[in-house]
Amino acid sequence: MRCVALLGMPNTGKSTFFNRFTGASARVGNWPGITIDLMAAKIPLGGHVVKVVDLPGIYDFHGFSEDEKVVRRFLENNSIDLLVIVLNGNQLERQLSLALQARQVGLRAVLLLNMSDEAKRAGITVDTEKMAAGLGMPVVWVSAKYGEGFSAATQVISSALYSGCPTDPASLRANLAADDEIEDALQHIMKSAVQIPKYMPEGVTTRIDRILLHPVLGLPLFFLIMFLLFQSIFTLSKPLQDAMAWLLQQARTFALEPLVSGLPLWMQGLLLDGIYNGVGTVAAFVPVIVLFFLVMTVVEDSGYLSRAAYLMDAMMARLGLDGRSFVMLLMGFGCNVPALMGTRIMRSRALRLLTMLVIPFSLCSARLQVFLFIITAIFTAQAAPAVLFSLYLLSFAVALLTAMLFKSQFLSSEPFIIELPPYRLPTVRQMILRGWQEVRHFLKRASKFITAGVVAVWFLTHLPSDVPPGSVDTLAGSIGALLSPVLSPIGIDSQLAIVLIFGFVAKEIVIGSLAAIYGLEGGALMGLMAQKLDWVQAYSFMLFTLIYTPCLSAVATLRSEAKSYLFMLASVGWSLLLAWLVSFGFYQGARLLGY
Amino acid sequence: MSESKLSALQPGESATIKAISADEVLHHRLLALGFRIGKEVCLIRRGRFKGPLQVRIGTTEIIMRRVDADKIRVVTPSAP
Repeated sequence: MRCVALLGMPNTGKSTFFNRFTGASARVGNWPGITIDLMAAKIPLGGHVVKVVDLPGIYDFHGFSEDEKVVRRFLENNSIDLLVIVLNGNQLERQLSLALQARQVGLRAVLLLNMSDEAKRAGITVDTEKMAAGLGMPVVWVSAKYGEGFSAATQVISSALYSGCPTDPASLRANLAADDEIEDALQHIMKSAVQIPKYMPEGVTTRIDRILLHPVLGLPLFFLIMFLLFQSIFTLSKPLQDAMAWLLQQARTFALEPLVSGLPLWMQGLLLDGIYNGVGTVAAFVPVIVLFFLVMTVVEDSGYLSRAAYLMDAMMARLGLDGRSFVMLLMGFGCNVPALMGTRIMRSRALRLLTMLVIPFSLCSARLQVFLFIITAIFTAQAAPAVLFSLYLLSFAVALLTAMLFKSQFLSSEPFIIELPPYRLPTVRQMILRGWQEVRHFLKRASKFITAGVVAVWFLTHLPSDVPPGSVDTLAGSIGALLSPVLSPIGIDSQLAIVLIFGFVAKEIVIGSLAAIYGLEGGALMGLMAQKLDWVQAYSFMLFTLIYTPCLSAVATLRSEAKSYLFMLASVGWSLLLAWLVSFGFYQGARLLGY
Repeated sequence: MSESKLSALQPGESATIKAISADEVLHHRLLALGFRIGKEVCLIRRGRFKGPLQVRIGTTEIIMRRVDADKIRVVTPSAP
């Protein structure tokens, strides 16, 4: 099978092109180095099936970063038929070197100049024929985002693909040597083919930056933007969540209950009170999660994350981290796992480890579900957004505290230099794709993790069968009793202790387990929680849930990224200790003050 | 003509790169981003609390720490 590899510098829209070209759904993000695993797709092209591989974004072939090594390793070990180079047509004066390097090492290539829409606006024109003659490879303008120039690009790629022979990895390895001529050739072609206005017109980006990166207003604006985003997610999701809960209740009353009425009583209990209530209560949060990720997609693709890195770097530097660590911390608010993997853009191991140590404290979307449920149950609608925001602030605070305490163990002097991409709006298509991916991800987890967890909780709380469900005499009750010397000083009772054990596997199970323990769902479960817990207990429980550990997948990722069991154990141990100390301090303090 | 460090430029000021005295890793990264002797750079703004600098080189905007910008020497067209 013929093989096409996609290559380009970070932030050139290479992943967007890959998505559109293959119809697959590689993730798109406006951040250097976001494409980490090699994505590949098989598509029909010119009458044959062709394999297309999306290589990580690199600046050149001789770089020292992980991504550049990956690309080199790939090219030195795989025979490819054609290299498709994607460059940002607005930054040719420095990006063109990549195409020349590719030619020099003997790769047959097609050059796509991306972002034709932005180039048009900036008044940049390119004589593609002159450029093609200079480079010795076809050159085509495209807009990966809007699909402009795609049919021409496909045609050029498919005809180039069948007109030559595949690369020889051995000779390529020999050719990948230093190359000084590139500079000359680059200058020559730039001079003859590209015209850039002497003074770039003051673009929208410059004007937005003047406000968002303002020396005094920048940071307050950043926190205000974050607060408003979370506030709007919370406000918008409430009616959606209620509608979802109502639908699930209707389905139970009118469809499921008649359907299972013939089964033995215990099985009805397991199916309805265990699995359906458990999974259903969790499913009611799907709209919030989708909304959260839609908002995150806008923030991520807009280019604001790099600005956040700029604004926060001064503070992060004092904590032994840098602006990129902060951005990864923000990404962790979606899910800790990709954020942990994203630290690969850092070369210094010390900086990477310290960043990985703080990421698990990011309040991820799974923990958000738990908090939304408990906050809605215990606190008033007026207090709710503030309570949630306080948890976000605490999440930052414990992360920063951890960095401060451990920075002397992880010293690094890595230079901090990143690109500021212009502001861009994601297309509706990108947003829908992302939302759908999250739903699919959730359903996948729901079908394995959450169902299994909920069933396990149901059995633990209903066995042995001759005692009242959920009482102290059940299996769950005995486990809870075992843990009570540790957990009762922080206001967590034995039922909640069970929930915390399952929360170690995945936070998505937490609310489902509560539903299975009490055999209630939605509003009824919230009512019960409000009776059982006062606000001090509820907040202490949330603090503990926030800090004590991310989930099993995050812990596993931590191990595989750090390549050290010791680091993983140290991280989990520290989280557990810190969680207990913070909850203990809060719970006992609040009680002392008479709450 | 006056010579200074890139980090000493005022916001809005442009200068020409004269020398880059960085270690190999940093030097390589700077090269890849378009920093070459003779190129023009413009300092756009400086972060507060000794934060990073925002610099434009050609059509590319980047942020870098002051310690790294210290390693780039530039000449401004006329003495201030």
